[in-house]
Amino acid sequence: MRLTLVKLQTTLTGKIFDVDRIRDDFPILSRKINGKPLVYLDNAATSQKPISVINAITDYYKKYNSNIHRGVYSISIEANEAYEKAKENIRAFINAGDVREIIFTRGTTEAINLVAYSYGFTHVNEGDEVLISAMEHHANIVPWQVLCQQKNAKLKVIPVNSKGKLEMEEFKRLLTPKVKIVAVCHISNSLGTINPVKEVIRLAHENGSVVLIDGAQAIHHTNVDVCDLGADFYAFSGHKMYGPMGIGVLYGKAELLEAMPPYQTGGDMISSVSFEKTIYNDIPLKFEAGTPNVEGTVGISAAIDYINEVGLDSIHKQESELLDYATEKINQIEGVRIIGTAQNKASVLSFVVNGLNALDIGIMLDTYGVAVRTGQHCTEPLMDIFGIPGTVRASFAFYNTLAEVDIFIEALKSAISTLKR
Amino acid sequence: METKSIAETESEIIEEFSFFPDWHDKYEYIIELGKKLKDIPEDKRVNENKVKGCQSSVWLISDLADGKIIFTADSDSVIVKGLIALLIRVLSHRTPDEILEAKLEFIDAIGLKQHLAGTRANGLASMIKQIRMYALAYKAKQEQLQN
Repeated sequence: MRLTLVKLQTTLTGKIFDVDRIRDDFPILSRKINGKPLVYLDNAATSQKPISVINAITDYYKKYNSNIHRGVYSISIEANEAYEKAKENIRAFINAGDVREIIFTRGTTEAINLVAYSYGFTHVNEGDEVLISAMEHHANIVPWQVLCQQKNAKLKVIPVNSKGKLEMEEFKRLLTPKVKIVAVCHISNSLGTINPVKEVIRLAHENGSVVLIDGAQAIHHTNVDVCDLGADFYAFSGHKMYGPMGIGVLYGKAELLEAMPPYQTGGDMISSVSFEKTIYNDIPLKFEAGTPNVEGTVGISAAIDYINEVGLDSIHKQESELLDYATEKINQIEGVRIIGTAQNKASVLSFVVNGLNALDIGIMLDTYGVAVRTGQHCTEPLMDIFGIPGTVRASFAFYNTLAEVDIFIEALKSAISTLKR
Repeated sequence: METKSIAETESEIIEEFSFFPDWHDKYEYIIELGKKLKDIPEDKRVNENKVKGCQSSVWLISDLADGKIIFTADSDSVIVKGLIALLIRVLSHRTPDEILEAKLEFIDAIGLKQHLAGTRANGLASMIKQIRMYALAYKAKQEQLQN
């Protein structure tokens, strides 16, 4: 009964959401693992790709592969257009005011490094502070740690409560005039917590701090409007949003980007070069040294088209349903404890099982064709806070079904009984 | 009772695993093997006996008796503990030379290499490395004593 309800949701735009039809768009979902259908529940690590994204990339290589910028021949002009179109597509998707504020990177990690090195090294000085949260991914910890070490600045951490929610009162207390940068995730990769980033940004701005939001886990789950949020920097990756790996985006406010020094130097980022002096290009090219990942830009653009076609509201609705259903089911299994129980949560279900090692559960689930992630999820300090070595994490995407949740739950029960025997 | 050689023990393991049609059964068997392995006492579960692995802890202890190395090991993962049991069956009570010459083809032959790829995940590769290190160290020590 419930299945049919989910299978045919009518969205706000009047489109019908049919999960079976959606699944046909993703070739990998028909794979069999150990003779059983693949149940892919590691979407927070990377998402699967619809055929339109795969085709966009192969089309690029089949029809107009060439280097962009300054090409005078047809296919280079076509590639350049595709690259520019991708930028505009991204600008519109996150509602940035100006396409010059969109910088292509290798991914979220490189985007954060860019800000830490370029903005951080010129704005953070001895005695200053950088504020991150306890639920950050290593990618949003280590670049700031390196910056603080080199600048004799201090890295301070906003604590999380036992539910995995950001302690906002503590945040306000930590927000002193010494804080030059606040860097927090929009959605936690290991807990699923959706942070009140708009409020974080407002408070930080009142304090005169600049804010970077790690949006890697948010961009494909929720409507991201950088203008409405007021973010100074917003970083995300293509591969988590049904696009290819190796491409990501840094959104930055134009006035900040213009004042920042380049992060890497080389071709494309210059306006003129002599052996005595180099004049840098304007933004965004100033931050895009070398031949860009054109294949990636074409892919991420196709992924945005796909998300727009399905609709973020439908995606959100399906994912919420999957999370609620899985949470309800898993809570009925004895000995299971969910890690990350904030009210406002994305479709990430992290858990531990009494007396069992997460790795063992992950290996056993794989024998049922169920793919989950196990371990620390690149959030070692957070695991220490919860006093656990790691979790099993099932993360759902809109192409997952309630029937798959059932397979996962049954496989989990069986894995637990095998491991406890 | 004559002790089986490393190669013979490896063949024996390969044959045992051929009875299991799928991975679920193979892992069930591995878990069983792990359960038969003696636990390392809590006071020996210390950092200097720990083998680095990202997702599970492995403790490995070695002793030398009559020129042969005796390994005892434990893990907080029951599957890893089963893998340890296999390694100990093959490599414990052997001379350093025997250990250093062992090819350990059974890991690949029963499909474990493919299934547990990524040394970070299980620490299996780290453990094999550590066993070889012990063998090298004991060998050096023996040679020193002989000279």
